[in-house]
Amino acid sequence: MATTTGDGGAETRKAIYRTALILTALTVLEFIIAFTKHTYAGILGINESTAQTLVVITFVILTIFKAFYIVAEFMHLKHEIRKLALTILVPFIFIVWLLIGMILEGGYWGSQDAKSSMNNQTYPSEEVFVG
Amino acid sequence: MADVSVDKKALIEGERPLFKASYGKLMMWFFLVSDAFTFSALLIAYGALRVSSVSEGLAWAKPEEVFTHFPLLYEFFHKDSPLVFVGLMTFILILSSVTMVLAVEAGHRKSKKEVAKWVRFTIIGGVAFLSCQAYEWYHFILGTTDGAYLVDARSFDGINVPGLDELSYVVMEPVGGEEGHGTPTALKLKDGSSITNPDYVKGILKRSSHWHSGVYAIPFKEAAKLNIPGLTRTQSVVVYPVFDNTGEAVGVRLNNGYPINDKKKVDAMIKTAATTDGGANLMANEYGPPAFADLFFFVTGFHGTHVASGVVLLIILLLNVNKGTYEKRGHYEMTEKVGLYWHFVDLVWVFVFTFFYLV
Repeated sequence: MATTTGDGGAETRKAIYRTALILTALTVLEFIIAFTKHTYAGILGINESTAQTLVVITFVILTIFKAFYIVAEFMHLKHEIRKLALTILVPFIFIVWLLIGMILEGGYWGSQDAKSSMNNQTYPSEEVFVG
Repeated sequence: MADVSVDKKALIEGERPLFKASYGKLMMWFFLVSDAFTFSALLIAYGALRVSSVSEGLAWAKPEEVFTHFPLLYEFFHKDSPLVFVGLMTFILILSSVTMVLAVEAGHRKSKKEVAKWVRFTIIGGVAFLSCQAYEWYHFILGTTDGAYLVDARSFDGINVPGLDELSYVVMEPVGGEEGHGTPTALKLKDGSSITNPDYVKGILKRSSHWHSGVYAIPFKEAAKLNIPGLTRTQSVVVYPVFDNTGEAVGVRLNNGYPINDKKKVDAMIKTAATTDGGANLMANEYGPPAFADLFFFVTGFHGTHVASGVVLLIILLLNVNKGTYEKRGHYEMTEKVGLYWHFVDLVWVFVFTFFYLV
């Protein structure tokens, strides 16, 4: 990967500064959204929770972009051979699977707890209080 | 046999290095993949616990209300600056990543002076980040250092506050147990009655936050779920003093941001109120469910540990660069390996930042 080009690495440094600029710009964008997010529901004429979902999706997309630039440019993975990149990236399929599974289950646990408390029972996970 | 010379380099790296990457770099990558799995699991646990708390009806902490301290601005002007400090931390870490990659680039040109320079900047960035984290933890643990009041819910009679039930607590004083710590044997309510049944006490303590002034507070909604006779008769609401620019208290604000500015009502309210410091520990916190502070401590703490070990690696790297170790070796590959680790720390922060501070 060491590419000592004739220009003494000036090209590489340019790419580094460009990546740094992109990362900073994406972070600034995230901040702008974080500070203005409570106005979106009114501006777009949608309800509060839809706006919140949209904001979360935007944050996640921006985060993935930032992660891409760090891994591809700073960690140089884009310039390694394809097989190495695949060996490192493919296992993260399991993380996506865990992510989907746990978030769905998380909603289920909570709603179970809420339901049982509405029926005035103790928590399923709680030992029964004997009076 | 004896005269077969063993090429050590070929033994370790093979005739043709796998994936055209050196053994050391490859192993660093595999380590980082496993580390990424650990961090992913922690962040997914955060997501799962958060979603379950919310669907259970508990309010999760709002980051813009928790992380509001900025050095000097807070100490001298009582100014809240939500998320600004964490923005600075993010910027510091990105900058240190840039100086790291510049060190790697200088290493390719075998420029000893430049490598040392950029590694030094990276160390400064890492130490600055850790210092910021210390400041943030300090305020997270101490909480509302201006103090908070536990106000009797009945003093809200005649004031229309939306969602007051959601915000009220049942406050109890511990009886028995050691001074300041240890498990109390009974709990004294504000109306003078006590809860002494050990099963009840255990159940209440499990769901209560332990405030720094020594009292236990259980959210009204949680208390109602427990079905313990007499527990929900007396309620308190947590209010925070609001200051104007000169540091004069002008009113109070509720946990959900609702302000009460009527001076007479506020004075009457505070007269009978217990003061408290709030804050956070592993058992309880003033910001949201206990899991919020637990995960905050664990995930940012684990990330901070990584930054700290990164700084140690960088210092070793710098010493070796200055000693001329890599010049003798003929290459600066160690810079690349430490660089990979350092960028990974930055990468993790990108995710921690989004899920703990933005979403």
